[in-house]
Amino acid sequence: MRDSIPVTRRRFRAGERLMEGVLALCGYTSVLVLAGIFVLLLWQGARAFREVPLWEFLTTARWDPTSPEGARYGIGSMVASTFLVTLGAMAFTVPLGIGVAAYLSEFAPARVREVLKPAVEMLAAIPSVVVGFIGIVVVGPAIARLFGLPNGLTALNGAVLLTVMALPTAVSLSEDALRAVPRDHRLASLALGANPWETLVKVTLPAAAPGILAAMMLAMGRAIGETMTVLMATGNAPAFPSGFLSPVRTMTATIAIELGEVPHGTAHYFALFAVGFALFVISFVVNWVADWFIRRGRRAR
Amino acid sequence: MRAKRVWSALGRSWLVLSTVLVVAVLVLFLVHIARQGWQVMGWEFLTDRPRRGMTQGGIFPAIAGTALVSLLTVVFSLPLGVGAAIYLTEYAPDNRATRWIRLAIRNLSGVPSIVYGLFGVVLFVDLLGLGTSLLSAGLTLGLLTLPWIITASEEALKSVPRAYRDGALALGATRWQAVRTVVLPPALPGILTGAILGLSRAAGETAPILFTGVAFFLPFAPTSLSDQFMALPYHLYILSTQHHSLEKVRPIAYGTALVLVGLVFTLNLTAFAVRSRMRRRLETAR
Repeated sequence: MRDSIPVTRRRFRAGERLMEGVLALCGYTSVLVLAGIFVLLLWQGARAFREVPLWEFLTTARWDPTSPEGARYGIGSMVASTFLVTLGAMAFTVPLGIGVAAYLSEFAPARVREVLKPAVEMLAAIPSVVVGFIGIVVVGPAIARLFGLPNGLTALNGAVLLTVMALPTAVSLSEDALRAVPRDHRLASLALGANPWETLVKVTLPAAAPGILAAMMLAMGRAIGETMTVLMATGNAPAFPSGFLSPVRTMTATIAIELGEVPHGTAHYFALFAVGFALFVISFVVNWVADWFIRRGRRAR
Repeated sequence: MRAKRVWSALGRSWLVLSTVLVVAVLVLFLVHIARQGWQVMGWEFLTDRPRRGMTQGGIFPAIAGTALVSLLTVVFSLPLGVGAAIYLTEYAPDNRATRWIRLAIRNLSGVPSIVYGLFGVVLFVDLLGLGTSLLSAGLTLGLLTLPWIITASEEALKSVPRAYRDGALALGATRWQAVRTVVLPPALPGILTGAILGLSRAAGETAPILFTGVAFFLPFAPTSLSDQFMALPYHLYILSTQHHSLEKVRPIAYGTALVLVGLVFTLNLTAFAVRSRMRRRLETAR
C-alpha cells in the first residue's frame, strides 16, 4: 500500500512521519520521567552511603542528623510512623469507602446519585493543605478534648484527615468495580429469593472484590505519599511512635521539614533523597499490587 | 427469617450512615471555612499585599503566584499530554512498548507529590541550573499533572466514534489529517476538562513547589520566570504552622483557605459543566 503513493506526495509523507515521531516522543515521555525519577533519586540517595552505613540506615530507628554526639540516620521510626498513620486511615477508609460505594451503586435513587457522585469528586479536589489546616483548627482540638490530651496533633489526627484524602479514590474506584458486575448476576440472585442486602454481600461484593481491593490499595498509596496533611497535623516528633495518641513524623514530613534547611551536598541532604527513594519504591510496589488485582479482576470476567 | 431481616436492615443502615457521615463531614468543613474566612474577605484582602508581619493586609502576591504557576504548569503539560494521548489512541501499535507506556502513566499518577518535588530539585533547580524559580516549579508541577492530562485526553479521544476516522481516511485523508480535522475538534471539550482539572490540581499542590520556587514572603507578584513566587497553599501552611504568632494570623489563614477552596471548586465546577455539555452533545449526535 505505502509503496504505491505517487512521487508528488512524498513531501506530504515526510510531514506525516515527522508528526508521528513527535507524537510518539510525547508518548514515551512518561516512561522517561518515571525512569528519570528512579535514576536521579537513586543517584542522589546513594551518595549518602559514602558516609552513612546502608545497614544503619535500613535497620535502625533513630533519625538525628544534627545530633552533637554523632549524626544518626535510621529510617525505622519514620517508616513506622508512615505505616501507623496509613493503617489508621485505612481502618476508617475501608468500611466507609465500601459503604458509600455500595450505597451509590446499589441502593441510591438516581437523583441522589447524581448529586453525590460529583460531591465525592469535589472531596478529592480539596487541597491537602486545607485538610491539614482543618486538622489544626477543628479535628486536632476535638481529639485533644475527647482523650484529655494537652495537644491533639497526633497520629490519630493524621489518620482521620488522611481518610478524607483517601476516601474519594476508594469510593469512586470501588463504585466502578461494583457497577462493572453484570446485572444478570444480581437478577439471578434476586430471582432465587435473596433480598437486595444478601445479593450485595453474597453476589455483587465477591464479584467486585479484586476491583475493590485495587481501589483500597490505590487509596492507601495516596495516604502513604500524602505530605502536607501529615506535616501540619501530626505533631512531627521524630521518635518511634508509641501509639495513635502520640505525635509522629512520617517519611514525607521529614523530607518536607528538613530539605529546606540542610546545605546541598551534605550527607544529611543525600540521606533525605534516600528517604525519598524508599518512599518512591514503597508507592511503586503498592501501585503494582493494585495493578495486579485489576488485571486479575479483568481475567476473571 | 427474622434474623435475616435484622441483618439486612443493619447492613443497609451501615451503607446509608457512612454516606451521610461523609457528606456531613464535607459540608461541616466547608461551612466552617466559609464562615470564618468570610470575615476578612473583601476587595482589600484580595488586592493588597501582606502587611505588619502578615497580620494585616491581603494575599495578592500569593493569588498571583498561584495563578501564574498553575498556568505555566498547563502550558507545559497540555501539549505533551495531548500529544501522548493522540499517540496512544490513534497511532500506538498494541505491543510491549505501548504497554510499558501505559504502565508508566499509571505508576506516575501514584508517585507521591513530594517525590516529584525531589526530582524537580535535582533536575530543574540543580542540573539544568534554573534555580528556585517560577519556571522550575511550573515544570515540576507540569510533570505531576501529566498523567492526569493524558488520561483525560485519552478518554475524550476515545469517545469520538470510530466512524469519524474511517470516513476521513476513506476520503483520502492521511492519519494526521484525520486526527487534526475530524477527531480533535469533537474531543476538545473533554481535553479542556482535563486541562481545567490540571489547573486545579496545580493550584492546590504544595509539596512539589516547596523546594523548587515558592517563597515565604514577597511584596509583589513575580515579573519573570526566574523569580521566586508566593503561593496560596504555601501561604496557608506558613500562616497555620510557621508564623511566630499563630493566633494573630488565624483570620488571614481562614481567608486564604477560603480563597484557595473557592478557586479550586470554581475550576472543578467549570470542568463538570463543560463535561456534561459535551456528553449531551455527543448523545444527540448519535
